[in-house]
Parts: sequence; C-alpha cells; structure tokens
Amino acid sequence: MPDATGLELIAQRVREQVAEDAVADTIYHRGQATIEVAPTSVHEVLDYLRDRDDEPWPYLMSLHGVDYLPDEPRLAVHYQLLSMERLDRLNVRARVGVDEPKLPTVVDLFPTADHQEREVFDMFGVVFEGHPDLRRILMPEDYEGFPQRRDFPMGGEPVLFTYNEHELPRWYD
Amino acid sequence: MAEGSARVDLRVQRLRAQQLLRGDIEDEELERQVQERLVFTTLEKAQNWARKNALWPLGYGTACCAIEMITTAAGPRADLSRFGAEVVRASPRQADMLILSGRLSVKWAQVARRLYDQMLEPKWVISMGACASSAGMFNNYALIAGADKFLPIDVYVPGCPPRPEALIYGVLKLQDKIANDPGLGWRKRYNAEGTEEKGGSNA
Amino acid sequence: MTDRAGEVIHSELEEPITGTRLTPAEQLEPETELFTVNIGPQHPATHGVLRLFCTLEGEVVRDVKPLVGYVHTGIEKSCEDHQYWKTITFVERMDYLSYYFNAMAFCMAVERLLEEEVPPRAQYLRVAHLELNRIASHLFWLGTAILDIGAISPIFYALRDRERVLDLFEMSGGQRMHTRYFQVGGVIEDIPPGWEGEVRKFCKEFETRIDQIEDLLDQNEIFLQRTRNTGIVSEERLLALGVTGPLLRATGNPWDLRKATPYSSYDHFDFKVPVGTIGDNYDRFRVRIQEFRESLKIIEQALDGMPEGPWITTNRKVALPPRHELATSMEALIHHFKLVTEGFRVPPGEAYAAIESPRGELGCYVLADGSAKPARVHMRDPSFVNLQAVPDMARGELIADLITSVAFLDPILGGIDR
Repeated sequence: MPDATGLELIAQRVREQVAEDAVADTIYHRGQATIEVAPTSVHEVLDYLRDRDDEPWPYLMSLHGVDYLPDEPRLAVHYQLLSMERLDRLNVRARVGVDEPKLPTVVDLFPTADHQEREVFDMFGVVFEGHPDLRRILMPEDYEGFPQRRDFPMGGEPVLFTYNEHELPRWYD
Repeated sequence: MAEGSARVDLRVQRLRAQQLLRGDIEDEELERQVQERLVFTTLEKAQNWARKNALWPLGYGTACCAIEMITTAAGPRADLSRFGAEVVRASPRQADMLILSGRLSVKWAQVARRLYDQMLEPKWVISMGACASSAGMFNNYALIAGADKFLPIDVYVPGCPPRPEALIYGVLKLQDKIANDPGLGWRKRYNAEGTEEKGGSNA
Repeated sequence: MTDRAGEVIHSELEEPITGTRLTPAEQLEPETELFTVNIGPQHPATHGVLRLFCTLEGEVVRDVKPLVGYVHTGIEKSCEDHQYWKTITFVERMDYLSYYFNAMAFCMAVERLLEEEVPPRAQYLRVAHLELNRIASHLFWLGTAILDIGAISPIFYALRDRERVLDLFEMSGGQRMHTRYFQVGGVIEDIPPGWEGEVRKFCKEFETRIDQIEDLLDQNEIFLQRTRNTGIVSEERLLALGVTGPLLRATGNPWDLRKATPYSSYDHFDFKVPVGTIGDNYDRFRVRIQEFRESLKIIEQALDGMPEGPWITTNRKVALPPRHELATSMEALIHHFKLVTEGFRVPPGEAYAAIESPRGELGCYVLADGSAKPARVHMRDPSFVNLQAVPDMARGELIADLITSVAFLDPILGGIDR
C-alpha cells in the first residue's frame, strides 16, 4: 500500500496531470489508500494511473459497487488497482447519485472490467456509458429492480413458527 | 446325518423335478410340488423390485450439494452403485431419478422444471440438502424457497451439505417407497389427474 | 472433414461405391454457414450450471459467450442482514470447493478493520487447513476435468484421496465441508490430539499417490494430444483480463499472492511457485500437479513449527471466552452474551483483503458502518474474472478443445454467481 504521504503525492500528481477537480478526496484507513474521483473524470484518471504516472498501476483487480445508503451520493464504484512490480494496491472510488447513475466505462483500458461492470449494473443500476454489451448478468434478463441496493427488500419467505403457521398461506392452499 | 439327509433331499428333489417335467405326477402331488418350489408374488411387486434396484439418476447438480452427490455416486467410499444407482445419465429422457442437489435460483427454476418434465414416467425426485427443500439459509430474493413449490418431491434429505451416508439413507428410503407404493404416476399419487399442460413444454 | 483452419477438404474416390455417385469436390459449396449451439446449463461437461452459447462453423468455434447467473444466491445481500460471525457461513458457500479460502478472505478483511492481531498458532493452523483445502480442491478439479476429457479412472483415485482430506477436516472442524472453522481473530477451536499424526500419515501417503495419478496421465498419448497446444492465451492478454492463479502461472508469470504479499505467516515457509512455459492446457495441468507437492511441503513445515499459544485472539470483545470461564467470571458471561446476541461491532471503514485461492486471487471487500452487521460484503471471485478468458481460449479451435479449456480453467459456478 502507498502510505499516507505517498497517497497525497499521487493525488497531487493526478490533480496536476489530469484535471484540477478530478480528485475529490483521499482516504487512508487501516493501511489502505483510496482516491475519490469525480464521476466524469474516471476514465482519464484511470488512463493516467495505468500508463502515464511515475508509478503506474497496470492491472485492475476488482471493480465493485457499493451503496452508502444514508450518505449521499449513494452509489459508488470502486476500482482496485494493482502494481505487480511494486507489490502495491490502490483503490479508486467514484460516487454517483441514484437519480443519475452514469459512469464512463473502462473496458477499453482494462478488458477485465467487462463482466464486472455488467454485475455492477445488474446489482446497483449504474449505467456504464460505452460498454459494448450492458445487460444483466446474474439476474434474469427481464428482472426489475436492482437487488443489491440497500433499500431493495431482502425478499424471501417468512419463517414458519407455530404462532404464525396458520396465518401464512401455504402452497397447497 | 444332516448332510446325508440333505443329499438325499437333493436327489429326491431332482427326481421329482424330472418327473414334473415329464408330466408324470398327478394332481395333489403336483400342487404340493409347485407350492414348494415356486415363489409367489404379484407382477407389480416384481416390477417395483426391479425399478427400485435400478434407479438411474440424472447428472444434475448446481452447488455444494452436487459435490457431495458426486462424492456419493462416484466416490469409492460411499458408493451408490451398491444400490443400483450408478448409471448416471446425462440426458433426462433416459433418467428416472432426479436428485435436486444445490440451490434453486429464480433463473434456474424453470430449467429444473423443464428437466423434470422431460423425464419419462415413472420418475422420482429426491430433494437433497437444505437449499432444495426450503431455501436453506438463503432466505432472500434470489432463491425459490424449496423445490416443492414447483415439483413433487418424494424424499427430503436435510443437511448442508448432507453427508454421503445421509444421501444413501435417502435413496434407501426412496427404494422403500417404490417397493411399497402401488401408484407410480405422480399425478395419481397427488390426485392431480387432468393437470397436464395443453400444448406446453411436455414435449 | 475440416482441419483446424476451417477449410473443407473432401476425400475423393476413383469409383462410386455400389452404384452411388459422389459429387465431385469442385461442385460442392464450402460450408461457411454459422451454426449456433447452446451448451446448456445442465450438461455433464460444464462445471456446474455454466451456459455456453457457441457459434460454430463446422466444428471450429468462432465465438463463445458464457451466460451465467443460474445459481445466483444473493449471498452478498444476505450478508448485510447477519452479524459478522454469521456472515462467515454465508461467505463459505460461495466458492464451494475452497470454503476455507472464502472464510479466510472475509476474516482477513474484518480483522484489518478491527486492527485485530491473529495469534501465531492460529496463523499456522489456518495455513495448514488452507493448504489441505487447496489439495482437496485440486483433487476434485483433477477428477472432473479429466472426466470431461473422457478418462474415467482418475476421478475415482482423486475422490479417494479427497475423502482422506475430508476426514481430516471432520476431525478438526466437525464437518466435511463448510466447517465454519475460521473465525474473526483465529480459529474456533484447537485441533484435537491425534490430528497432527493423521495429517502426517496422509502427507506421506499422498506423495506416492500424486506419482500414481501422474503416471496414469502424463505419458498418455490421448491426454497429451488433447491438452497440448490447446487453449493458449498470451500472458499480456491474461493480465489485461485480470486472470490470476494457475492459469497465469502456466504462462510463465510467477504471480502468487502467498509470495508477493505474504499473509498469515506464509513467509515463514519455504516453498516454490510452479510456473509453466506456454500456457496451454497441459501446462495448467502440470502447474496444479506441482502445486500438490508444494502444498504438502507447506503443511509439513506448518506442523513442524506449530507454536503454542491461543488459537483465537484473547480480545474478549471479538472472540468468545472459553466456556470454563463462564462459570466464574461475570465479565466473561457478559461478553459471551453480547457476542452471541448482538455480535461485535466494527468501527466504520472499508477494507479489501486478497488471498491466493486455488483459482486465483480471491478478494473480499467489507464496508463496515459501526454496527454489528456489515454494510456491504463483496467477494472478488477468481472464477468470475477467469471466465472472461474463455472466448479467447476457444476462438479458432475445435469445440472439443473448448470443453477441455473450460475444464482446465476450473470454474466454480458458485463463485461466479455468488
């Protein structure tokens, strides 16, 4: 992991090279470094971090979505970058709101993002612009709703106990 | 002496059998011979006996229970072929037992039903594990809570995953059920005559 | 007949057979019609419920699209509803052949959030169980992958040895699969007295068994023909696709998280990382066979150097106190009560922990919001990412090689679909 000062230096370089308002925040927690970027500049920042930075991060290990429900903006997509030479990991985070959940796709930079972006779309509803084939991957194609969001109900059936087994309808009724 | 009399018995039996075949024995003598020598049963019991000892499972498995099922069917320690169920067929048309091993998600349920429909009568279903009997521990949006919502099930085997011995016990219970149950078609069993799909996927 | 390039060649006879006439080759149209085949979710050769949508030209695969989602269980959603120690059971059932690895990744992430130290005895025990699970997972892979190719004997040998490993798990954890043995802060219980002896016996026997299985396959002409030079993807493409694990090591890249970023005292052990040369299916097979031997080395070293001490952290706010204390100590009783009913609380934050599972990098991301239940658990499953390499492996090759490539990719659909 880059330590706290290393993280600040990376953020500084990104601000200089990409855009002044690209980096929204830097978080260093429990030894792990996260850079929060603005949603519109995700592609440029990852492009810069992959190739042009002094300490490049060539591989994307994981792309996953998170729903921070009480905090706004709610939805976030995390990009976990890895550098094999320096044995280092960096987390890049982009937060979007639920009403406008759009992010640029990074499939052209990292082909591994293909299925993982589809999964984030399926579970959270984040639309990746430019993705070649954005459809649901885990749920059925015609499913409505985005299951992993925090306000999506858990679903399932109520557990039958003796106090409620006569009120709940059974399948043979 | 016992041996001597046994040998005498065998010789006497042989002579009597020869006489029987030649047609030399008269009425009472004949009846007594036949009663001693033949095993009486009904055709149905014989049929059930043959069916239960030659169950052909379908090669079906979704999740962790499938690993235990493969270990049971193909593993050398707990070995289903002792009980006749070793011929695992890939095609549902050729199988007559469906061991529902693994979780049933909403996307998979229609595939499972289609597989069940493609199997030919008589067919039996064992629901293996907690996820196929109820939703198991996954009481959420993604699973169908129990295969008995869309399939008739004969034996439920609990466990997460059930031990191979537990699955074999379930298969033995199914064999008992086949041996003693006269009605083999499930529509007759569940009073569901007339519920076939018209023009559906019962191809 | 078609050769690998897809060109149609016909054999011509001098005279027609018994009065029939063969159309001369010049008059026949070459077959360029693309034919779509659905290798459906229930299939003996797909490992689990993988659905492959193949576009074939003759027998040559032009495109393959994997369709998944048939065993999606909503594990990540269920985890948000249960306390941390209950989540371990959910997460274990994700990649259902390497259950200890799932639990390990999750426990590592939570321990990082809690800043909890795992005692050295627990670390060594974890390593021993992880390597035993690696052996069990590779054995099952061996059996079923070779079954897909058509050899029926190795699965019996592989399952026989896997039963021995499951006996060891039952001895220490109480159950054959999904043992819930790893807990946050260590392992749930110390190993019983005879366990070490049994493991050493197993290790000694397994050395010869690996050689036996290798002998069955390594010089077998059919096996070599089916696996050599099939399913080759270049190393850069694999790295771009995020593929890790034996697939990447078969191309020659020695990336192994046990050596690169050692966790849980893996740096105390001396073992090598097997790598291949060209990355075809045969190299993947050899990498995994060699990983058996390296895992045995690690297990023996772990047993030899097992330190004494607690097997779970002594922090009572996180781990249950031992039962004999409950009768005498009021604080132990209160801790026990709070831990069982509510669970321990994790301060807000997020952490990502990655370990090397038998299939590649298994990562776990945990977001904690200060309560006793995680706010988000995401498992970066190696099979989910490795599956994206299937179209590259299969394009331009025969459909039988597609089956071999999928088998040697070792996908676990529980991990892909979660």
